[in-house]
Amino acid sequence: MREKIVLDLGRLPLHGMGTGSVTWWGTLAFMLIEGTGFALSIAVYLYLMSLATVWPINAPRPDLLPGTLVTLILGISLVPNLLISRWAEQQDLRKVQIGMVIMSIFGIVPLIVRIFEFPALRVSWDSNAYGSVVWILLGLHTTHIITDLVDTLVLAVLMFTRHGPNRRRFGDVQDNAMYWNFVVATWLPIYGCIYWLVRL
Amino acid sequence: MNRPATAPDTHDTDIARTRLTSALAKTWKTPPGFWGALTTVDHKIIGRRYIFTAFVFLALGGVLAALMRLQLAQPEARLIGPDRYNQIFTMHGANMMFLFAVPVMEAVAVYLVPLMVGTRNIAFPRLNAFSYWIYLAGGALLWTAFALDMGPDVGWFAYVPLSGPQYGAGKRADIWAQMITFTELSALAIAVELVVTIFKQRAPGMTLDRIPVFVWAMLVTSFLVIMAMPAVMIASTGLILDRLVGTHFYNPAEGGDVLLWQHLFWFFGHPEVYIIFLPAAGMVSTMIEPFARRPAFGYLGLVMALIATGILAFGLWVHHMFVAGLPRLGDSFFTASSMAIAVPAGIQMFCWLATLWDGRPVFKTPLLFIMGFIVTFVIGGLTGVMVASVPFDTQVHDTYFVVAHFHYVLIGGAVFPLLGAVHYWFPKLTGRMMSETLGRWSFWLIIVGFNATFFPMHILGLEGMPRRIYTYQPDLPWHGLNVFVSLSSIVLTIGFLLFFINVFRSARFGEVAPDNPWDAPTLEWATTSPPPSYNFPRIPVVGSLHPLWDDRDTLPVADGLRTDRRELIVTTLASAGPQAREASPRNSIWPLLAAVATTIMLIWSIFSPWAVVWGSIPIAVALIGWFWPKGTPEDES
Repeated sequence: MREKIVLDLGRLPLHGMGTGSVTWWGTLAFMLIEGTGFALSIAVYLYLMSLATVWPINAPRPDLLPGTLVTLILGISLVPNLLISRWAEQQDLRKVQIGMVIMSIFGIVPLIVRIFEFPALRVSWDSNAYGSVVWILLGLHTTHIITDLVDTLVLAVLMFTRHGPNRRRFGDVQDNAMYWNFVVATWLPIYGCIYWLVRL
Repeated sequence: MNRPATAPDTHDTDIARTRLTSALAKTWKTPPGFWGALTTVDHKIIGRRYIFTAFVFLALGGVLAALMRLQLAQPEARLIGPDRYNQIFTMHGANMMFLFAVPVMEAVAVYLVPLMVGTRNIAFPRLNAFSYWIYLAGGALLWTAFALDMGPDVGWFAYVPLSGPQYGAGKRADIWAQMITFTELSALAIAVELVVTIFKQRAPGMTLDRIPVFVWAMLVTSFLVIMAMPAVMIASTGLILDRLVGTHFYNPAEGGDVLLWQHLFWFFGHPEVYIIFLPAAGMVSTMIEPFARRPAFGYLGLVMALIATGILAFGLWVHHMFVAGLPRLGDSFFTASSMAIAVPAGIQMFCWLATLWDGRPVFKTPLLFIMGFIVTFVIGGLTGVMVASVPFDTQVHDTYFVVAHFHYVLIGGAVFPLLGAVHYWFPKLTGRMMSETLGRWSFWLIIVGFNATFFPMHILGLEGMPRRIYTYQPDLPWHGLNVFVSLSSIVLTIGFLLFFINVFRSARFGEVAPDNPWDAPTLEWATTSPPPSYNFPRIPVVGSLHPLWDDRDTLPVADGLRTDRRELIVTTLASAGPQAREASPRNSIWPLLAAVATTIMLIWSIFSPWAVVWGSIPIAVALIGWFWPKGTPEDES
C-alpha cells in the first residue's frame, strides 16, 4: 500500500514516565496476579477456618510481638518509600541514591524480624491444616519481601553506576517504590488474618 | 543525563524508503543461525515457534486419543493395561488443555496482536522469549516422564485424595503438579505482555472502539488468565507441599479438606474453558468480515458479550461439583449462572448469523470452518445447558455424555475456529496460500469424522458408560457404538492428517500470497506477507474500525521514529494518543538462561524442598543479567 504521512512523532520523548511507561503497567499487571494469589490464600485460610470446630486447631494463638513489629517497620518504611518516589520524579540523583540505601535497609530489617515470626506462630506446617495455612501465608509474604529486596538492592547498586542518571532508571525507582507499597498493603490483611482473626 | 534526541539523519523523516527499510532491518533483525534462534525476541518468530510446538502437542495428544479408541473398540481388549490407560487419558487431557489449547491461542495472539494493533514488537519481548522456553520445558517434562512410565495417572484435574500422598505413590502426581507451574507461568507471562501491548502500544488513533474484536477477545482472555491461573498454582503448590513436606491442606484427618482442591481447581478450571473459547470467538468475529464482505454485525454487542462472558466465567465453577454434596442453595445459584452464560454466547452467535445473512458470503475454507464451528458449538452449548441442571448432571456425571459435551465445546468451539484461523492467517505467516482443495477435503473429513466420533458418545453416556474406564465387559450394551466411534475417529484422523499435509506442502509449494489476499480490513494485512522484522516501515495511523477498507490504496502513517534504536510508540489507554517513543529491548540470551535456571529449580523441587532455596540463586543471577543495562541506544531516555 502507498503510505501517506499524516503525523510526525519526532518530538515525542524517548521514554514515558508513570502511565506513559510500559513497565509501570507491567508492574501493575504483576501486582494483580500476586494480589489474586494472596486473596485466594486468604480465602483458603477462611475456608479451612469455617470447617474447623476449633480454630486454631490444636495450637495456642500465635505470639503477637514479632508480627506486630514487622507491621510497624513496614508501616514506617512507607515514609522514605513515598519520599524516594517523589525524589525519583524530580530526578534528584543524590537523594535517590540515599533513599535506595535506606529502602534496602528497610527491606532487610523486616526479614530479620521475620526469622523470629515463624516460631512465634507456635505451630508447625506439618502439625495440621491450620499450621499449613499460616505457614504458607507467612511464607508467601516472605518471598514477596525477598523478591522486592533483591530488586531494590540491584537497583540501589545501579543508581551508583554510570547507568544511574537516566530517566529510565528514575522510572524504575518509582515502579519499585510502587511495588513496595503493594508489599506493605498485602501484608495488612495477612497480618489481620494470622494474628487477629484467632483473637476475635 | 537526557541525551540530545538524535542527529537529524537518523530520523525516518529525512531518508528515502529503501534506506529507511534497510536501516530498520539492521536494527530489528534476528541474526541467522543457532545463536540468533536462541536469542531472538521477535514476537513473530516466537509466536510461530509457539504455534508449531502447540500443534506438535496436538498431534501427540491425538496419538493418545487414537490409542484409547483402539483399546475401546472391543470389550475386554488387552492392548493397553489399566495402569498405562490411566496415564494415557491423563496425559491426553493434561496435554490438550495445558500444552495445546491455552498455549496455541496465546501463541496466535503473540504473533497477531502486535501486528493488528500496529506496533513493532510485543510489550516485554524478553519475557515473551522466556515464556516460550518455560512452556517448552514444561511440555518436555510431561512427555519425558510419560516415556519413562512416570506419566501422571490421576486425571487431568488430579483430584485428591487420589493424587495426594496417601494414594498417589511415586512422583507421577508431582510431575502433573509441576507441569502446571511451568505452563501457568508461561501463560501468565503472555497475559501480562498482551494486556500491556493492547493497553499501551496501539497505533495512534486506535481508540477503544476501533480495536479489532480478536484483540478485544485477547484482552479479556488475558485478564481471565491473570485472575484464574493463580488459583491452580496455589492448588498445585499445596498438593506438592502435602506430598513433599507433609502439610495437610487436603488431609481431612488433620483439618484439611479434599473439596478445597475441587474449589481451587475449578475456580481456575472453569474460566480456563473461556480462556480457550474467547480467543476462538474473537477469531470468528475477525475472520467473518472479509468472507461475509461486510463489517461484523453488532461490534458493541460482540465486545460486551466477551466482557460479560469473562465476568460470568468466575461464577460457575461449582457446576463441576454438583455431585460433591454441597448445599442445595449453592447448587441452584450455580445452575442459574451456568445457564446465564449462554446469553452472551447467544448474542455473539446471532451477531455472526446476522453478519452472514446480510453479507455476500464467500465460502472459502476459513468460512467453512466458521460454519462448522457455529453448528457444532451450538450443539455443545445446548448439552451445556442440560448439564447445568443438577438432576440431569447427577445422572450423567462422569459418563461419556460429559466427554461428548466438552469435546463439542472445545473442539467445536475452539479447534474449528483455530483451524479456520490457520487457513486465514497462513499467508501472513508464510507468504504462501494454503491449498483450497486440500482445505475443503480436510474440513469435510474433520466435520463428519468429528460428529460421527463424538455424537454417539452422548448416547453411550446416557446408557451409563463411565468415562476413564480402560475396558468394559461384553455383556454391556456399549460394544456397537464403541466400534462405530473408533471407526469414525479414523475419518477424523485422516482429516487432521490432510490438514497437516496441506500446511507442510503449502509452506513449500503454495501459491505466493499478496499482502492482503482476502481483502481484509485489519492492520496485519497492511504489511508484507510475511512481515519484516520491524512489522511496519512506518507506524499506521488509524481512523476507523476497518482501516484498510477506508482507503484500499493508501495507508495513513506516522513518521519521526528513530531507526538506529528499536523504537515503538506508546499511546494513551483510551484515545490512543501518542505519549512517547519508547525503546523495545534487543535480542538477548538471558531469557533462555533464566528459563534454564527456573526449569532446574522447578524440577529439582519435586524431589527436595531445598531446591527452592539453592535453585533461586541462579535464577536471581540470570534475572540480574537480563535487566542490567547494556549501554545500547535503547537505554537512552
